[in-house]
Parts: sequence; C-alpha cells; structure tokens
Amino acid sequence: MKIYGVALLAFCFLFGKIVGTFLGQAIGIDGDVGGVGFAMVGLMFAQGWMTKKGWMLTETKNGILFWSSMYIPIIIAMAATQNVKAALSGGWVALLAGVVATLLPMLLVPLLSKIGKPKN
Amino acid sequence: MEHIESLLIKNGLLFAFLFVGVIMWLSYQISHRLLNNKIPGVALAVIVGLGLAFLGEKKGIADLPLFSGMALFGGAMLRDFSVVATAMGADIEKIKSAGIAGLISLVVGVFFSFLLGVIIAFAMGYTDPESLATIGAGACTYIVGPVTGTALGVSSEVIAISIATGVVKTIVATVGTPLLAKSISLNNPHAAIVFGGLVGTTSGVTAGLAATDPKLVPYGALTATFYTGLGCLLCPSLFYFVLRFLF
Repeated sequence: MKIYGVALLAFCFLFGKIVGTFLGQAIGIDGDVGGVGFAMVGLMFAQGWMTKKGWMLTETKNGILFWSSMYIPIIIAMAATQNVKAALSGGWVALLAGVVATLLPMLLVPLLSKIGKPKN
Repeated sequence: MEHIESLLIKNGLLFAFLFVGVIMWLSYQISHRLLNNKIPGVALAVIVGLGLAFLGEKKGIADLPLFSGMALFGGAMLRDFSVVATAMGADIEKIKSAGIAGLISLVVGVFFSFLLGVIIAFAMGYTDPESLATIGAGACTYIVGPVTGTALGVSSEVIAISIATGVVKTIVATVGTPLLAKSISLNNPHAAIVFGGLVGTTSGVTAGLAATDPKLVPYGALTATFYTGLGCLLCPSLFYFVLRFLF
C-alpha cells in the first residue's frame, strides 16, 4: 500500500528533524541543522534494509516516489511565496554568485576527471 | 463570482495544486516550443513563480487571499518532505559504483560553490554568518539555499536571494554546458559523473548534458542527485560553524 511508503518517508523525515534539532541544540542554534540530510541518509539506509528483507514493494515505493516527484512544483510554489521585492535590492548578488558558482566549478571537470580514470 | 472566489479560498491548498500545475504546463510548453529547451521548463517555472511573488509583499503571492494556499504548498514542511523523498532516486550501491572520483567531485563541488557564493555575498556587503551561509548554500542549489536559510532563521529576503542564485545557476548550467563541454573534455561517462558532482543543480546538469550528449545524462544525474542532500547536510552545519568562527 502506498501509505506504507508515505509513512516510512514521514518516519525518516521526523527522525532526521529530531537528529537535526538535537544537533542544533548541541551547538546552540534554535532550529534543526542538517535535518533534511540526516533524513535522506536515513531513508537510503531504511530503503536498502527493507529491500534486502523483501519488504520494499512497488506500491510502497510509489508512495515515496510520488512525494519525490512533487518537489519541483513545491519549489515553484515556494518561489511564488518569497519576499522578492525585498530581495531585489540584492539582485546583483544572486546574478554574480549564480554565474560564478556554475562556471568556475565546471572548469574543475578536467582536473577531477583524472581521478580513477579508466586506462584505455 | 464571489461564491466561486470564497470556495477557492476555502480550498486554498487544492487551488494551489491547480495553479502550480498550470504554471508548470505553460512553462514547459514555452520552454519546449518557443525556447527550444534552451531554458529548462523547471527554471522557467521557478522564474514565473518568483515573478508572481511581486504581486504580494512579505509572503509573496500568498498575501492575496485567493492564493493563500500557496503558503502551505510551498512551505517548509512539504518542501523538506519532498526533498527527503528524492533520496529514493539514489541508492547507496550506485554511489559506490560512481566511484571515488564522483565522491570527491561532490565534496569539492559543494564546498567550492559555497565558498564562491560566500565570497561574492561578502564582497557585496553581507557580513553576518547566517546570511553568508544562506547565499553560499544558494550557490549550491536553489534547494540548499532555503533549507539552510530556514535552519539558520534568516530573513525571507536573504532566502529569496539564495533561491534566485540557485535559479541563475540552473540557467547558466543549461546554457553554458554545451558551449563549454569541448574545452572541459566533457565527452565521456567518467567526466559526466565528475561534472554532476561539481555543478550539482540537477535540472541544470541534466538539461545541460542533454543538450551536449543525451547519453551522458544518467551519469551526471547520478552524482547530482546527491549534491543537494550533501549541501543540506554540510551548509547549515559544518560550513556554517566555520563561517561563525571566522566572522
């Protein structure tokens, strides 16, 4: 049933948020730190473990995949609910940072491609 | 008319589903038919979203009663929920086979993008570690930015800048990849794995690789899938601590 997948996802999400909140508390930040990342790692392990046990049925998976496919629409809704007027004053930051943070990492491709390159 | 409006307001979340669906359909059509996929539909839809946010104030379009459901749809809870779900697309076995080069490029890519974002934000006058970390995270992807910003409790303005940064990155990756591919020897799966890890913004990586050589798309997407998760893990934690120590 799809709800099993959604429930597993919700469990991993809450688990990650709790770990992130504890980490946040430990370092004195009000809020969760890396909760999404912990939740993702949790989901990957839970999925691997359940697949091994033969519990990861297609329908279960589909419950998770549905939410996975919703992330782009959600990002669009989020973009539409931002305080863009206030952000405009910082427009050049976004433009510059976006261009530089794309082009410079691209230039590292030839360098890092040398690592473990299969010899022909 | 009034009845219909009050009905739509009462069912705000469902109206938001419909509304975003229409935005995406239109954006994909325009991207496909008019722009020849030069700007991916996703990037276009995000730009439309940011444009619509001008109709309101603090909460963007959700300030208008008719679109109040957009605040729930695009809120932190559903956003983080769906981002976690994308981890399904990337199992541990696959990252093992992507090899050490993919792993290194992921770490270098997240760190380098964050660093460049921070440097530019600092040069443009931001000095508090929270804003710097959020804009640096936005230079990773348009998801890492808001996730980091929400965790660190920065203002909506800074979050919007971080999203805008990520959107710019998607567009530059899409348009720039086919142009730069030859000069960075991006013509084999191995390089594509490294490329996905370094650039990381999934829609930009996949669209850019598709425009370069469709055969390379899965290899780039493989590492790029991990990029946002890694960024969400490192930016609001380790990288933020380092910034807080420095500023």
